[in-house]
Amino acid sequence: MWSDVPSRATAANMPVTLVSPGSPQQTKASSMNGLLRIENLGKTYVPGKPVFSDVSFTLERGEFVCIIGHSGCGKTTVLNVLAGLDTASEGYVFMDGREISGPSLERGVVFQSHALMPWLTVRQNIAFAVVSRWPEWSRTQVNAQVEKFVAMVGLSGAIDKKPSQLSGGMKQRVGIARAFSISPKMLLLDEPFGALDALTRGTIQDELMGIVRETQQTVFMITHDVDEAILLADRILLMSNGAETDTGYKPGGIAEVVVNPLPRSRNRAGLHHLDGYYDLRNHIVDFLVSRAKAH
Amino acid sequence: MSAWRSLNFRAALLSVLILVLVLGIWYAATGSTASATSSAGMTAEQIEYAKMMGKDPGSTKAAGFPTLGQMGTTVWGHLSDPFYDNGPNDKGIAIQLAHSLGRVALGFGLAMLVAIPMGFVIGMSPLLRKAFDPFIQVLKPISPLAWMPLALYTIKDSSISGIFVIFICSIWPMLVNTAFGVASVKREWLNVASTLEVSAMRKAFQVILPAAAPTILTGMRISMGIAWLVIVAAEMLVGGTGIGYFVWNEWNNLSLTNVIFAIVLIGVVGMLLDLAFGQLQKAVTYVE
Repeated sequence: MWSDVPSRATAANMPVTLVSPGSPQQTKASSMNGLLRIENLGKTYVPGKPVFSDVSFTLERGEFVCIIGHSGCGKTTVLNVLAGLDTASEGYVFMDGREISGPSLERGVVFQSHALMPWLTVRQNIAFAVVSRWPEWSRTQVNAQVEKFVAMVGLSGAIDKKPSQLSGGMKQRVGIARAFSISPKMLLLDEPFGALDALTRGTIQDELMGIVRETQQTVFMITHDVDEAILLADRILLMSNGAETDTGYKPGGIAEVVVNPLPRSRNRAGLHHLDGYYDLRNHIVDFLVSRAKAH
Repeated sequence: MSAWRSLNFRAALLSVLILVLVLGIWYAATGSTASATSSAGMTAEQIEYAKMMGKDPGSTKAAGFPTLGQMGTTVWGHLSDPFYDNGPNDKGIAIQLAHSLGRVALGFGLAMLVAIPMGFVIGMSPLLRKAFDPFIQVLKPISPLAWMPLALYTIKDSSISGIFVIFICSIWPMLVNTAFGVASVKREWLNVASTLEVSAMRKAFQVILPAAAPTILTGMRISMGIAWLVIVAAEMLVGGTGIGYFVWNEWNNLSLTNVIFAIVLIGVVGMLLDLAFGQLQKAVTYVE
């Protein structure tokens, strides 16, 4: 724990910065060099009552952004639209200045339920992705790529096992390795640790953070876990549910963007000793409890 | 000692005991009827009367149910020379079986060629699934033999009609199961394929087919079971060759030993076919 003292010192006088969406500062950043730009996104199932509307934000290259909110606020829909698996009722998503029209190898997805194909071994599951990305590669090239990324998540010993022989945490590691193996421009993670026990989750969070820092990967991640968001994210989007108010129906949307003031070198063990951690945590928890309007 | 405790061993032992018991009852039952039909102690008039009623006490040809000894002779006769061919009404049992299996293979194979691609398409498209559903629901419960007159009239060849009947009875379980298996492939696997920009053909063969394979194989197994049930009946109707025709022919010959032998053989072959498909099914089944 004592090794964390220097980093605590650097974080000492950093205030929690709160930026409201659509502020001038935001708009400026988005038009400059954002990798992914989301403009006025909305999704409507029941006419007149959109689940969320007017969702706009930008992901910078190399940035880790978490979105947090109660069930039903439309987080997964936002992620699926970004992945190209779902279509929005309104609004646009641009990647590198081009509008997203469908799924793409440029955006790797890690699914909540790991989504490994149970009839294939770990090696074959990742090879399936690698071959999709580089169909012209030889068998040895594919194999080398597969082994590199399996080693990255520390599963070399289980490479020829079927997913059913792996634990939940191992399966999710394979899902992460598969997403990284195709070298996407960015990663979309749909609550990847939601189904894991707390201990396993912590380990994989550390691993993920290490890999992301190393590869400078841009990541957009859904989570329910406040600590997870604080540990991993550079910015945290707080999303509110749609709700009936005195003035009529108010659709859900991004209520607030919280910039994480903690030093980027933070780790799970020392996180709660960092100055500003509790302010940040309390702020987010207050939002979830009092303002996000859970159903 | 541990061999005695093994469940498989004890089950096998019990199976053998049951077989011995059944054969024992058979032996006892046929042995007593043989003595009851003896002509000893009957007057000339009584023997004459018995002959008039069709119960010739001196004859051993139709002396009721065959005994175990007669049965054994017949079984040995068939198994020792299964491949002889003495004209249309006298062929070895292996040749008859081969005819039946050939018809089943042809009809089943054709049904596979139609049912699996069609089930794939129906499973992928909710529109086609709804559109085809009434036809499938109406055609599925029709006894395959009900098609026989229509088949004989249109095809005009009894052997091809037999194959057609196998085709029509095999197609439904395979079609319905394939469509169901394809339609219930997990959304997440399809999403993975989408995000990896996998081509339609690769998605069909490397994602949907292996995912639906256990369900498809179940359909094939059911179809094969039905096809083997139906071939016997179909061959009784169309005649000529095959194990079903053999049963009918031996019934006309009043040779019950041959009929019993054929019945057991049909059962054993059906079991082997089912076992083979069970193995195939095991090979494509995955644990989630």
